[in-house]
Amino acid sequence: MTRLVVGPFNRVEGDLEVTLDIAGGAVRAARVNSPMFRGFEQILQGKDPFDALVFAPRICGICSVSQSSAAAAALATAMGITPPPNGRLAANLVLANENLADHFAHFYLFFMPDFAREAYRGRPWFELAQARFKAVAGSAMRDALPARMEFLQIMGFLAGKWPHTLSIQPGGSAQAVQASERIRLLSLLRQFRAWLERTLFGDALEAVAAIGSAAELDAWRDARPAGHGDFRLFLEIARDLELHRLGRATDCFISYGNYLLEEGRFFSAGVWDGAVQAVDPQAISEDISHAWMGGAQAVQHPSAGTTLPDADKAGAYTWCKAPRWNGRVAEAGALARQVVHGHPLIRDLVSQSGGNVANRVIARLLELALVVPAMEQWVQGFRIGEPWCHHGAMPDAARGVGMIESARGALGHWLDVRHGRIHGYQIIAPTTWNFSPRDGAGVPGPLEQALVGTPVEDGDKAPVAVQHVVRSFDPCMVCTVH
Amino acid sequence: MKLNLVWLQSGGCGGCTMSLLCSDARDLFGQLRDASIEVLWHPALSEQTGFEAIEMLQACAEGEMPLDILCIEGALLRGPRGTGRFHMMSGTGKPMTEWVSRLAARARHTLAIGSCAAYGGITAAGTNPTDACGLQYDGTLRGGLLGGDYRSAGGLPVINVAGCPTHPGWVTDTLLSLALGGFDEKDLDPVGRPRLYADQLVHHGCARNEYYEFKASAEKPSDLGCLMENMGCKGTQAHADCNVRPWNGVGSCTKGGYACISCTEPGFEEPGHPFARTPKIAGIPIGLPSDMPKAWFVALAALSKSATPRRVRENATADHLVVTPAVRKTGLK
Repeated sequence: MTRLVVGPFNRVEGDLEVTLDIAGGAVRAARVNSPMFRGFEQILQGKDPFDALVFAPRICGICSVSQSSAAAAALATAMGITPPPNGRLAANLVLANENLADHFAHFYLFFMPDFAREAYRGRPWFELAQARFKAVAGSAMRDALPARMEFLQIMGFLAGKWPHTLSIQPGGSAQAVQASERIRLLSLLRQFRAWLERTLFGDALEAVAAIGSAAELDAWRDARPAGHGDFRLFLEIARDLELHRLGRATDCFISYGNYLLEEGRFFSAGVWDGAVQAVDPQAISEDISHAWMGGAQAVQHPSAGTTLPDADKAGAYTWCKAPRWNGRVAEAGALARQVVHGHPLIRDLVSQSGGNVANRVIARLLELALVVPAMEQWVQGFRIGEPWCHHGAMPDAARGVGMIESARGALGHWLDVRHGRIHGYQIIAPTTWNFSPRDGAGVPGPLEQALVGTPVEDGDKAPVAVQHVVRSFDPCMVCTVH
Repeated sequence: MKLNLVWLQSGGCGGCTMSLLCSDARDLFGQLRDASIEVLWHPALSEQTGFEAIEMLQACAEGEMPLDILCIEGALLRGPRGTGRFHMMSGTGKPMTEWVSRLAARARHTLAIGSCAAYGGITAAGTNPTDACGLQYDGTLRGGLLGGDYRSAGGLPVINVAGCPTHPGWVTDTLLSLALGGFDEKDLDPVGRPRLYADQLVHHGCARNEYYEFKASAEKPSDLGCLMENMGCKGTQAHADCNVRPWNGVGSCTKGGYACISCTEPGFEEPGHPFARTPKIAGIPIGLPSDMPKAWFVALAALSKSATPRRVRENATADHLVVTPAVRKTGLK
């Protein structure tokens, strides 16, 4: 048995270290360390409750709007208010803008450059992958970055700026969209749609969204020549490298559901482990057994949770707590969202090969095809002249919960207001779920499980298969510990 | 001559990198390359990982590889108890504070990207649980990780490209100015910010200007009026060109419907009042516009309030124009 410490782990958001025990050419055990602690939950204590809208987005520069949305939702439940239809649509659009931009950045900037590594020279797709995805120098940097930049101009209209807006309020949107701006928003969406259809998919978004099974996806891939769109190239690489056999975790998936509509959430909430069941918020807990955290109780519901850093704690190896659902390990993210919501392609893929590197990436790209058309509908749903924001007061004592889906999955904020001030604020981010350490029973978190069995050649200090598995989760380390 | 750039992240959110990637340069990295800036390593973008990155950083820290531009994003976490263990740089077993100190001792230019790296910022708020500070400032006080007297090899103190997040244009313009040569101390303001953006106030070019002139004020989120009197806006005091150099194509905080919280200023994270509420004494905001004598401000405010047109007054507390500007038939003179 040899031990390998992999870090700094770049092309993820924030700092990450992974310790691998290797024997017989494969990982036998993994420990995931989130090596940075900032203490937002402590910083928020004693603040005016509305100040959470300033601090929460600054937990993370890539999930900034997601953190705002969860904070606004927690404040709204504490105040007992809900947004008007315009406010709901504006909030959905801002959140969708960030979530899709993150999926897009993950694919082009973080995940795909690993296939342009020299280790893959000689593979039939290598020349194409290298020209397109080479870090910093590949052609995708020159056309995907501007496409993302222009897509994020939606933020200029709806949120003032990105990251770190204050436009998302408990009662809706502080930004009241004017009639002339609605047309410009639609133009930006059409422009992004055109880029995706031309460059990423080489097909209409609706056609991609309608792919209904693994067999149909194979047929879709085979009907196109190599190099016809970046998704096609990924599917070819995935087949060649058998990425569906890599990085399988627990196959228990959690999603809080996302994008509030009149009739419910656009993507439904649930837990899936072969069948869907409701998310019982009371069944969520955090276990600090292996985190550098003190506290009287090893396992707590987040509404009663504490954050007491203890860098010298014996047996601990990360700043990350271990969230569990009914005591079980669960995976969050686009794959979880789509398997819970019941997209037929994703249900079929997961029933065939579970949660793995290929399926995580496919689910993310599928969401681009599913959500851009919805965004077009939401902009057209704006009613100029009707309210954007409802108003209310914060009671002196109240509790609030905000549960939403960021790009990376289930994000929850638990707020406790006493004497008009924040008494308790606990956050569980999606990568807290995915990169959690072992719990009190010694059960490893999703990534720790996913890495077991990953092939590592003797003496390889930066095994590329490990890189694929880690990055397939699109981790956000600054959210993880906050 | 090629300029090697190394970018590291510590006690922040990564948002300044995300902001940079919204640069309106069609080819951001091509533009940097054209200016001879070679990005040796950036944690969000580079191919090299793990030991490859450590070897490169080690070579820079030992002086074996020239380090021309060191960009640090995020506050420096000195805790617990001065150990720096709140952020151990992964794969190295060393605190990030140690890496930053070693690299800053070699760098020709050292840049703090964002208010966390400059002054401590949001990470230093509240009880400052991690003992966070900036590179050369601890809030409003000189000092920080590198000390008040620090100079990079090129002779300048830390260049504080402050902002939360910082604007992509502030970063690229500063980098391109350094590459062009001639950027010196007179190009920095008294708290180390490049004057290319810090010599302006957020108020300049604010689209709510007419409401400000007449003190026609917003009272609640989504109102169109001026955000200064009630909503906590510090745009008339905060140094930045946010309303002249738009964000994400067309935006700014005040255009987005909310107050400027003066995120480029040292200590902005602890304003001493709820961010979205203007502190007042006897109904008059405590924070007055920069360079404005209080008596004159009070007198002018009273006068302009009494002269507010009905259109401006009514629109100020609405979320869309309830009264549009009059169309006169006589032609404009």
